[in-house]
Amino acid sequence: MGSIGTSVKGRVELSFLIDALVIKQERVGPGLYFMELQAPEIARKAVPGQFVHMQVSRELEPLLRRPFSIYNADQDKGRLELLYQVVGKGTEILSKAAPGQNLSVLGPLGRGFVLPEKGQKVMVVGGGIGIAPLVFLLKELAAGGISAEVYLGARTKTCLPSLSQVGSMGFQPKVASDDGTIGYHGQITALLERDMADTAIAFLKPDMAYACGPKPMLKSLARLLLAKHIPFQVSLEEHMGCGVGACLSCACKIKANNQEGYLYRHVCVNGPVFPGEEVVWDEA
Amino acid sequence: MKPELSVNIGGIKMKNPVTTASGTFGYGPEYAPYIDLNRLGAIVVKGTTLKSRQGNPTPRIVETPSGMLNAIGLQNPGVDYFIERALPFLSNFDLPVIVNISGDTVEDYGLLAGKLDSASGVAGLEVNISCPNVKKGGLQFGSDPESAAEVVRVIKSSTGLPVIVKLSPNVTSITDLAVSVAEAGADALSLINTILGMAIDIKARRPVLGNIMGGLSGPAVRPVAVRCVWQVYKAVKLPIIGMGGIVSAEDAIEFILAGASAVAVGTANFVNPRATVEILEGIEEYCRKYGCRDIQELVGAAHRQ
Repeated sequence: MGSIGTSVKGRVELSFLIDALVIKQERVGPGLYFMELQAPEIARKAVPGQFVHMQVSRELEPLLRRPFSIYNADQDKGRLELLYQVVGKGTEILSKAAPGQNLSVLGPLGRGFVLPEKGQKVMVVGGGIGIAPLVFLLKELAAGGISAEVYLGARTKTCLPSLSQVGSMGFQPKVASDDGTIGYHGQITALLERDMADTAIAFLKPDMAYACGPKPMLKSLARLLLAKHIPFQVSLEEHMGCGVGACLSCACKIKANNQEGYLYRHVCVNGPVFPGEEVVWDEA
Repeated sequence: MKPELSVNIGGIKMKNPVTTASGTFGYGPEYAPYIDLNRLGAIVVKGTTLKSRQGNPTPRIVETPSGMLNAIGLQNPGVDYFIERALPFLSNFDLPVIVNISGDTVEDYGLLAGKLDSASGVAGLEVNISCPNVKKGGLQFGSDPESAAEVVRVIKSSTGLPVIVKLSPNVTSITDLAVSVAEAGADALSLINTILGMAIDIKARRPVLGNIMGGLSGPAVRPVAVRCVWQVYKAVKLPIIGMGGIVSAEDAIEFILAGASAVAVGTANFVNPRATVEILEGIEEYCRKYGCRDIQELVGAAHRQ
């Protein structure tokens, strides 16, 4: 148990603490921002599913760093791309950062997605801002010649700024919105459930599903996938202090053969990506 | 000329006065990618208990003005795991390893001290009698001078290692506790542990932390911590490791002037993984700037003005 750094299997050890130059900052939807950072060391090492821990201000308030999943890493240009949502004071301050400003960035951190093998059938399901790490994943899948069934959902049409990018990679995402302004009117998991049950649609049982989104979405998704015995990997979120496994705040319950039936693992070093079958979903 | 920065904390020889606050630095590997651990005066590792502990439910932290509340609940893999799996990593470095120990009972403290006494590579013990986040033990020992002294006596009879007692500010008189553990044989003191606090989510209308209450740390607590060091320095003649909201060399100097012989960097590690080393460099710089040849000249200097 616990997360003694170097003994954690599969942990990516190489991470950097750098001052990264903001190249671009753009509002791309309601409370949604796209940011590009010059961070060659981090961009070179990052794999889909990993995150960066950023200091949004040099002041003592807010004090802690904020974690952001990596939306894309352009290794040639040495740039990192983030897609984030303003949810509180920290992200509000970050959204005001202008090109030319330096931000302290720690990363790449955590364990990313385990990529499929060539020829495997893949499904990718994202909801809301949880789509962010999946775009990097889709880019890698496209580069590896792997096709994927993609399901993306959001509150409303304007909260889906990644759609055209995903389309330009050669994927044809199925879309749902809570208000019906685009695609299926309802939750993305409801659309997926309908497709899975519809005998007219040749639903290909994937060899692996990848998902990121709000907890209730992941929980519904887990129910669907577990019933069909489809293996899946999920990227989880928790309140995070340090990002490197020292503070032990970002705990999540992972099934274990002990008295309690679970162990706490940590999103920052044991995740953020976990095998969906191992997560304790009842309390999620 | 390079100032003399070495200090002796109750028998633990540190090459400089900068160490880490327990629970904010893991067991070392977490921050080894960002700093050379050899530069630290010592490392104080994550709180260790006799058996492994799962810790508290989430959320375990919440950010507050210039600080944070935590209620981790002493999650740790237990002392045997620590000795077998974590300690060997630290033996690669030239720095004293101080193990923070916490027990549910007085006997636990004795057993922990005994096990660590026979482990190689442990320079000293920091006794946590002040954790606000656990139901049993913790603060219940740290708020009563007689119980605190009893814990120290049991530990002293189980080990020859230097014993540093970490005191809580969540008491009426921290000096009463300091005097009591000093008389019981403590070799040094750590001041302070976190301050008991809580936060309420006004939308959900319920406490934020899974454990309801938690320990406040970060720059917000610094004035309280400096006051505690000041009071205790006057009351007992033991070396003090000062901590509580240190994020810069200036903060560290403030603690030293109040009476701390060494300082521990805590929450600042989360924000800046290089905080310890930058603070050390800043202390050196301060000594040069003010013509201080030995850090000892500064310890408690504010009392002498």
